[in-house]
Amino acid sequence: MNDERVLVFRNVRQIFTRGEQTLCALDDVSFDIVPGQVSGLIGPDGAGKTTLMRLACGLLRPESGTVHVLGLDAVAEPQAVQSAVGYMPQRFGLYEDLSVQENLDLFAELQGLPQKKRTVRYAELMHMTGLSPFTARLAGQLSGGMKQKLGLACALLRAPRLLLLDEPTVGVDPVSRRELWAIVYRQVQEQGMSVLLSTAYLDEAERCNEVLLFHQGKLLGQGPPNEFSANVQGRIFQVSAAGISHRQLQARLAQSPNVIDALVEGETVRLVLEQAGLPTAESLLPGLDNVTIRPAVARFEDAFVARLKTRYDGVASAGGLNFHIDVNDDTEVIQVHKLLRRFGDFVAVNDVSFNVHRGEIFGLLGANGAGKTTTFRMLCGLLPASGGKLSVAGLDLHAARAEARRHIGYMAQKFSLYGDLSVTQNLRFFAGAYDLRDSKQDERVEWAIETFELTDYRESNARDLPLGFKQRLSFAAALMHEPEILFLDEPTSGVDPLARREFWARTNALAEAGVTVLVTTHFMEEANYCDRLVIMAEGTVLAEGTPQEMKARARTTDNSDPTMEDAFIRLIEQHEQNKKKIDNRKAMV
Amino acid sequence: MNARLHRLWGMIRKESLQILRDPSSISIAFVMPVMLLLLFGYGVSLDAKNIPLGIVIEQPDTAAQSLAGAFDRSEFFRPQRFAAIQDAKRALTERRIDGILWLRNDFSNRLLSGGEAPVGVFVNGVDSNQANITRGYIQGAWLAWLQHFATSRGQALDLPVVLEQRVWFNPALSSHLFLVPGLIAIIMTMIGSLLTAMVVAREWERGTMETLMVTPLHMGEMLVGKLIPYFMLGMGGMLLSVAMALFLFDVPLLGPFWLLILCSALFMLVSLAIGLLISIVTRNQFLAGQVALVVSFLPSFLLSGFLFDIHSMPSWVQLITYLVPARYFVAILQTLFLAGPVWPVVLTNVAAMLLMLLILTALVVKKSYKRLD
Repeated sequence: MNDERVLVFRNVRQIFTRGEQTLCALDDVSFDIVPGQVSGLIGPDGAGKTTLMRLACGLLRPESGTVHVLGLDAVAEPQAVQSAVGYMPQRFGLYEDLSVQENLDLFAELQGLPQKKRTVRYAELMHMTGLSPFTARLAGQLSGGMKQKLGLACALLRAPRLLLLDEPTVGVDPVSRRELWAIVYRQVQEQGMSVLLSTAYLDEAERCNEVLLFHQGKLLGQGPPNEFSANVQGRIFQVSAAGISHRQLQARLAQSPNVIDALVEGETVRLVLEQAGLPTAESLLPGLDNVTIRPAVARFEDAFVARLKTRYDGVASAGGLNFHIDVNDDTEVIQVHKLLRRFGDFVAVNDVSFNVHRGEIFGLLGANGAGKTTTFRMLCGLLPASGGKLSVAGLDLHAARAEARRHIGYMAQKFSLYGDLSVTQNLRFFAGAYDLRDSKQDERVEWAIETFELTDYRESNARDLPLGFKQRLSFAAALMHEPEILFLDEPTSGVDPLARREFWARTNALAEAGVTVLVTTHFMEEANYCDRLVIMAEGTVLAEGTPQEMKARARTTDNSDPTMEDAFIRLIEQHEQNKKKIDNRKAMV
Repeated sequence: MNARLHRLWGMIRKESLQILRDPSSISIAFVMPVMLLLLFGYGVSLDAKNIPLGIVIEQPDTAAQSLAGAFDRSEFFRPQRFAAIQDAKRALTERRIDGILWLRNDFSNRLLSGGEAPVGVFVNGVDSNQANITRGYIQGAWLAWLQHFATSRGQALDLPVVLEQRVWFNPALSSHLFLVPGLIAIIMTMIGSLLTAMVVAREWERGTMETLMVTPLHMGEMLVGKLIPYFMLGMGGMLLSVAMALFLFDVPLLGPFWLLILCSALFMLVSLAIGLLISIVTRNQFLAGQVALVVSFLPSFLLSGFLFDIHSMPSWVQLITYLVPARYFVAILQTLFLAGPVWPVVLTNVAAMLLMLLILTALVVKKSYKRLD
């Protein structure tokens, strides 16, 4: 009966209980996947993507409902399903202490790839993934992107009819991401393989033939990606105005009637409206001259936001934030000159220089392993530099680390609050750590709870908070002592697009209040929120400038409106070419 | 069938490569046995030798001198003379000596008149085991001297019972002869339970188990594929320990070698089953290590009879020892090495281990399924 469809879910429900909490990971989910295409499971963290993947592999048994994979019942015959599909789990599932070749050998044996076919297949896969020169290397010593490609190669050894990939591109640099997508599409075209792939990156939805949009365990829709964006076509506009900063512009637009979403995009603001039709400047921004409003092409993310966002009227302006910074001038509060950091032979940060002005949002953009976090740790005085000069708030970090830290708020990449303490207790602890006592402490704790809308959770343990609220709490803890400089290390990693917007609204408001913000991110599109940024790779700065300047570099006749990702990839390519040229020159000498 | 062998071979090869690359596995299997054996063979001794003993002689006549001389010559004692009993008692309190032999000034008179025991003995009872040994040795030396004294005077000794001691199987009473064979059980527990629990839990923790599951590999093949390399590793550790026991510590092996190997293999399987069960239930390296330490390693050390005699434990603790597989193996090891193949001992203990293996295997099979929930 399931002759055609490779994957059929019928009324699948999956519930997890942890202690007294129950979580509905999948709620009455039904869908069919037809063969020969790439289907994308799209949704933020906690949408139920991994649960769905595991159900499709027979690794979990659904609470109720049926799962059929390639005509097999995944509940009754899990082993048959597991023998038939190719699967790559979210975490790197290979052996880091085995070499690339040994991992391939292991999975060839496990999947029953005949000895005769191996040489050819290995060569094919290694060529396709660009791993041929590294077959003797231990898998643990590969870069993040190479690891993912090896994982994919192992899943493809026997060319399964259905390939299941759980967030294969997470944390992978844009170049490797593109390559992974190319490999996946080649399988579909050459082998007629069916691919189900999950991702939290909304921009990847557009690369799928078909999208299944999930949110909080519910399937919101299934269809080609442009079908989703077609729903909001005519409601998307780009607005720019003279005489007002783009951040103020965004804050005002977010408050305008009819606006669902206002997003800073370089010097312009992207709008998603409730109703279609070109709005007038007067209705959007009364009292402003020189307003330009241009229609824009709808993207998948616009559709996602339009679908899920309830209007956010929270803290969007500096006034509402109630944050006090004493000094307000235009000095360079962070100066970095020829910064260097070595770990043994490995140079993690090499000759990095940049300056950040007061009240600026400054971004460090790069893939995992580019040296962003190391740079950050040196700036915060958590790690000594091997060479170069640093100054934060006019203080030399080597000489006066404790003094410099008073001016700094730091939000670490991982959730680093106390899970067993309540929200209020955590905030009190951090206020106390910054010498805030008595009434001043009470005042700041109340401020944090109010500003970050944590009232409903004030007595909950931090561990039990939803991800977005954990992030709010970390953010609040970093702001207890009203620092003039804020360091945010991958603040939005793993957070859904809506929580990300909220986060950036607050960050914008802080910048408007005069706080200097230094932020790292591997989401290329988030660079648009920055006033200026550096793009890093392999510990060096590839380029520095405004987001517009970055994108202008990548403009070609084919691509008149490049994205930040295009710009990034172009820079990386140039970097690689330069390296080759230098190598060649060395070889000639 | 052919595909099954291929999958099994793939697992075995992978596991062996990982063992060879992981210095901690190698050191647990080979370095640790050497260290434990050296420590227990040379460092730890449960024998009472050179016991510091205070002797107080208030009237130094011939009989008293003769008795003190007997203690001086004994290899079990290292006597010191004290002038007054008060000095000796102080030395005992300060733990400079473990016991006092007090010969009062009427010692010779009472001895010759055939009265009751004319010697006073004090023993430091803080370490009760040591106190018992000391008391026993003093008593033995006293009786021996008394007999000798009586014969030399042409008198028959007027005692109701004459003690005649024969120590079987370990006539020299040296503790390393029974500690070293027992250690083999401890070492195999380490490799079988602790190491195996941790490496299997590592697969869960690192997410590699998830990848392994979505392949044609069956759970049984995975378990066997994991067991074989660690079985070999454990038997390697065992052979190393046996070699050291025989050639370094001169422990005799009175039973047949093949029987030793067979019993060890059985015990290894029991240990591996415990390790697997722990790792399947905990799925976390740290927890697996802790649990293995508490339920497997420590009981093997304390409750197996390797170090502490089971019969002198309280009866409820004795009941617990029946749950410790090492108890049966230690009994077999000590028998095979020191007494030879005493079949009733070997067979009952083998039967107990077989029963444990059956139960544990059933539990492992029941608990291991290819699902993540």
